Parts: sequence; structure tokens; C-alpha cells
Amino acid sequence: MTNAIIQFKQVTKQYDNDPAVLDQVSFEIERGKFYTLLGPSGCGKTTILRLIAGFTEATKGDIFFNGKKINDVPANKRQVNTVFQDYALFPHLNVFENVAFGLRIKKMKNADIQQKVKEALSFVNLEGYETREIREMSGGQRQRVAIARAIVNEPEVILLDEPLSALDLKLRTEMQYELRELQRRLGITFIFVTHDQEEALAMSDEIFVLNKGIIQQSGTPIDIYDEPINRFVADFIGESNIVEGKMIKDYLVEFVGGQFECVDRGLNPNESVDIVIRPEDLEITTLERGKLQVRVDSQLFRGVHYEISCYDKDGNEWLVHSTKKAAVGDEIGLYFDPEAIHVMRFGETEADFDRRLEAYSAGDAHEQ
Amino acid sequence: MNNKVTRNLYLFPYALWIVLFVVAPLLLVLYYSFFDIEGHFSLVNYKTFFTPVYLKMTLSSFWYAFLITVISLIIAYPTAYLLTKTIHKQLWLLLIIVPSWINLLLKAYAFLGIFGTKGIANSFLEAVGIGAKQILFTDFSFVFVSVYIFIPFMILPIFNALNELNPTLLDAANDLGASKWITFRRVIFPLTIDGVKAGCQVVFIPALSLFMLTRLIAGNRVITLGTAIEQQFLVTQDWGMGSTIAVFLILIMFLIISLTGNRKRGV
Ligand SMILES: Nc1ncnc2c1ncn2[C@@H]1O[C@H](COP(=O)(O)OP(=O)(O)OP(=O)(O)O)[C@@H](O)[C@H]1O
Ligand SMILES: [Mg+2]
Repeated sequence: MTNAIIQFKQVTKQYDNDPAVLDQVSFEIERGKFYTLLGPSGCGKTTILRLIAGFTEATKGDIFFNGKKINDVPANKRQVNTVFQDYALFPHLNVFENVAFGLRIKKMKNADIQQKVKEALSFVNLEGYETREIREMSGGQRQRVAIARAIVNEPEVILLDEPLSALDLKLRTEMQYELRELQRRLGITFIFVTHDQEEALAMSDEIFVLNKGIIQQSGTPIDIYDEPINRFVADFIGESNIVEGKMIKDYLVEFVGGQFECVDRGLNPNESVDIVIRPEDLEITTLERGKLQVRVDSQLFRGVHYEISCYDKDGNEWLVHSTKKAAVGDEIGLYFDPEAIHVMRFGETEADFDRRLEAYSAGDAHEQ
Repeated sequence: MNNKVTRNLYLFPYALWIVLFVVAPLLLVLYYSFFDIEGHFSLVNYKTFFTPVYLKMTLSSFWYAFLITVISLIIAYPTAYLLTKTIHKQLWLLLIIVPSWINLLLKAYAFLGIFGTKGIANSFLEAVGIGAKQILFTDFSFVFVSVYIFIPFMILPIFNALNELNPTLLDAANDLGASKWITFRRVIFPLTIDGVKAGCQVVFIPALSLFMLTRLIAGNRVITLGTAIEQQFLVTQDWGMGSTIAVFLILIMFLIISLTGNRKRGV
């Protein structure tokens, strides 16, 4: 692809004889987009950023930047800047000098430095803070200094390692908007790390879901939310009801003792699968109309909806998001559309998964 | 209220100690400095201090203390840096600190053996073909032994400062284009300057008043303010002049402490 700015080819990272932290990871980052690396703690997110920035070396595999292999290029020669998890601002320098640090190293003229630092600070809404010491800045302000320090160098890629994790919820939501807006205005590629799935869904053009050093799935937020590839992704992205099932034949699947119409086909008859149904796709109805019969166990008010936890007769939990209230202890029916059922094969690779989904939409086009 | 009383109670032994063993001796020293050798009240000692003999002595004290401090720093900084990189850093640090627990005189006598005409150092020089040299009772041996004695005190604060340095700051500097050397100059050194200052204080000030070593190792070739005080009190029995030199020494110490002071800026 011509637009790729960063490419990982079969990159493995291993410390001593421990199991690999990253296991043959391959991906492409396109210019000017907002990417998110999402995954639980210890899955290798920071390691990927460190490999891109050049703070650590790949054990195996190649890393390309603008089509050139950069495995051996030292960090201070790479066209990448990082916003660190703890910001890593220099405590002995004031705000201005922190932002100017990279420019001074490039031996830029003083007048130009003044100009550029000013611009960068106004970009992050910190005009007038030039002479402040870092310790006099709040958490959110520090974060913006860190961003200004990165963007002032006009890198092609900015790496952000969980920059919002230290902020309170309100400031965090605010900064999510600001960051996204900033990325659009600058047109620079952002690679953003988080373990917060809502943050990833809200901000990204493209998400990489990582687990145990392997990219489980990549795609747009909607793709990943709607069509999770496996149990891990379904569980990690949003709340899900996941049960084991069996594909009887095309368009018919069996789980929790019933057979249901679905939209999936092309699987082996009687193949064992995982079934995902999102809580918001379940609708409360009467026992007769319901495809599932469950008993309400508990109910929480979540502001916009009720989160209702129910159990069926086999003891499977079903989480329902509904604007309607239910009464704890009631027997109710749950209704869902065939499209709400997501069928996941065991051990399916991302490529096979994509091919299968594409076949469905091609099939749909034929039928119409 | 009650709280205040108990706190004052706790402070009492400390205050007593300070008054008896710090404030009172200082005042006594100041008092004695105003008496000449016959015991008459006079300012003659202060006049004497500003004669070339004593000024030269002060200068030479400064010069040796300065040399000892600078050489210690040059050796201690890289050592402390390497120490922070080792796996068992606390153990290595301990090994460096332990010699400082040994009595100063013992170490001085050990060097008499090593540097003596028949010592190891000279045997080595002969073996490599340079031939025996007069090592003891030279400026070199004085500075060498002093540096050896003071180096742990220089390493410790610098090691602590380096150890507290957040390693991501180094990544950040690197990320912004800084080479190793620039990272050292612009980030590592400024952020450990407090450790350097503390180390210089604890080396420079005692080095200014060193006196045993000047006799044992330097054979009285080096006369520092410390030696002068000792001589005035023990040899000449001129307590007034000894006190006057001490007063100046104390003033200089305060000056140095205030100059290298205002520590702790961090975030
Ligand atoms: N220097 C190192 N030596 C040995 N193992 C390491 C080293 N650095 C990281 N690891 C291991 O690599 C794995 C991935 O670490 P990484 O920092 O990339 O995780 P992460 O996804 O960023 O997690 P978090 O969300 O907690 O920051 C972890 O299991 C960690 O223990
Ligand atoms: Mg991390």
C-alpha cells in the first residue's frame, strides 16, 4: 500500500528466555489516521510503541518507516515523537523550555523557536503559561505540555502511551475530544495506546485489539464492536453475552437448548461455535413472544438505561440494556433479531474471518 | 496545647545538645579570638590574619581543598553512574562505603606503608623500570590519599541523585533528538546537580581543615588552615590566634554552605 507510513513485518520481541512479548506481529499504519492499540495490561502495547520510537530493538522481524527499514536507526534520528504515560516532562525546565527542547537540539534560530513554541502552546490552549514551572501545572495541563512538546517538532507520527489514564473522568472526556480534534487539524498520524475500550471506540479511525502479544483483530470501531472475531474481543469490547453453540446448518444455529435463525453461513454442519449477543440487542417482551425465557436477577440504573441481569433455566447469565424497567424475580421473555446473533468460529484467523464476512455481504448483494 | 508541650519536651535533649556542644563552643572560639598571647583583650589576631603568611595559607588551603574536590568529583560521578547500572547496586555501593568506616589514622598509616621507600608502589615502579621515587611527603601523595578518603562521601549523594532520576526522562530526551552527550548535559547533569553540590560540600569543607594527613602523608609540606589551628593550639600555645583562624574557617564554611545551598527543586 502506498499510503503506509509504518509497517511491522513478523516482528517478535522477546526478553531473555521468557515467552515472547510480541509474537510475529504484522500490521500497517496509514498516514494521517488515528490508530488505537487496545488491550489488557501487559499485552505488549507499550512494547509496540517503544519499537516504533526506537527505545528497544526487535528480536526478529522488520520495521519499516516510509518504506525504509529502520531496525537500526537510533531513536534520536527517527521522525517520531512520543507522549509518555507519565508525560516525562523535564522538571528542571519551565513550560517554554520543555517545549523548545527538541528545537534547541536542532539548533534552530532563537526567533523561530519563540514563534514555534508559541504556536504549539496555543494549539493546546496553553498561551501565557510559558514561564510556569512544571510543578505548578495541573495533570491536564502537563499532558498538554507533553503534547505540545511532541507536535512542535512536526513529526510524521505521534505516539501516545495512555496519556489520559491519570486524569479524572470529566477532564478525560474533554481531552478525548481535544486530542481527536487536534489530530484532525494537524493531519499527523496518531498511535494511541489505551486499555479503556470506550476511549478506543470513541476516538479511533482504526483499532488494533491486542492480547498476549498477538493482534487479535483490527478494524474500525464499528467493525470490531459489531463483528468481534472471538470470545476475547467480544468480551473486551463492550459488554457481551457469550454462550457456546452449534451451527446446525447455514442460517440456523443452536444454543441454550433452542434453534435460532441467523445470518451466518459457510460453516461446517454441526460445527461448535461461540455465540455473542450484545445486551442492547436484547429486548424485553412477554414470555410467549420471547425467544429466550429468563428470570430477572438484579437491576441497575445506569443513567440512560437499565442494566438488567437475568438467568435462564441452564444458569447462563443474560445481560440486557433496556430503557424499560423490569421487576426483580419476574419471569420474562427476551427477543432478538437474527442479525443480533454473532457466530464466532474457534481459532479463526483474521484473514479467514474477513473473507467470511465479505462473502456474506456479497451474498446479500446477490439476493437483492 | 498539650501537643505543643510534649513536642517541646521531646526537643529538649536535642536543644540542650546543640547549646552545649555547638553554640557554646562557637561562642568560646569567638571569645578567645579577641585575646592576644599574653591574655590581653585586643584585635591583634585579626590583624595578623591579614598578613601574607596567613593569607597564603588560606589560599593554599583553598587550592588543595579545591583540587581534592574536583578530582573526587571527576572520579565519583562516572563511578556513581556505573553503579546505578549494575544489577546489585546496593551491594557495590556498600563495598565503596565500607572503607569510610575505618579510622582515618589507620588508613593514613596504611598509605605510609604503601607509598614508603620500600612500599608496594615503589616496588611496582622499579619492576616496570621507572625506578623508585619519593612518593611520600609530596603534594601528589597528599592529594591522592585525601581523594581516596573523601571519595565515598562524594559518591553517595551523586549515586542517590542518579538513582532517583526517572529513566523515562532519558527516553524523552532521546525521543526529542538528543544524543547521549546532549542528554547528559541538558538532562542528567542538571537533574543531579543537587547531589553534586551535596557531595562537594561534604568533601570541600572537611578538606579545608584537614590536619593529620598534612603531617603524616605530606610531611608538613602542605600547611592548611586546619594544620595552622592545630599548631597554634598545641605547639605555639597561642589560643587566641588559633581561635581567630577557626573563626575564619567557620565563616568560610557558612559562606560555602549558603552558596551551594537552596536545594530541592524537583516536581
Ligand atoms: N525490560 C523488560 N524485561 C522483561 N520483560 C519486560 C520488559 N519490558 C516489558 N516486559 C514484559 O513485556 C510484557 C508487555 O509489556 P508492555 O509494557 O508492552 O505492556 P502494556 O501492554 O503496555 O501494559 P500496560 O497496559 O500495563 O502498560 C509484559 O509482560 C512485561 O512484563
Ligand atoms: Mg504500557
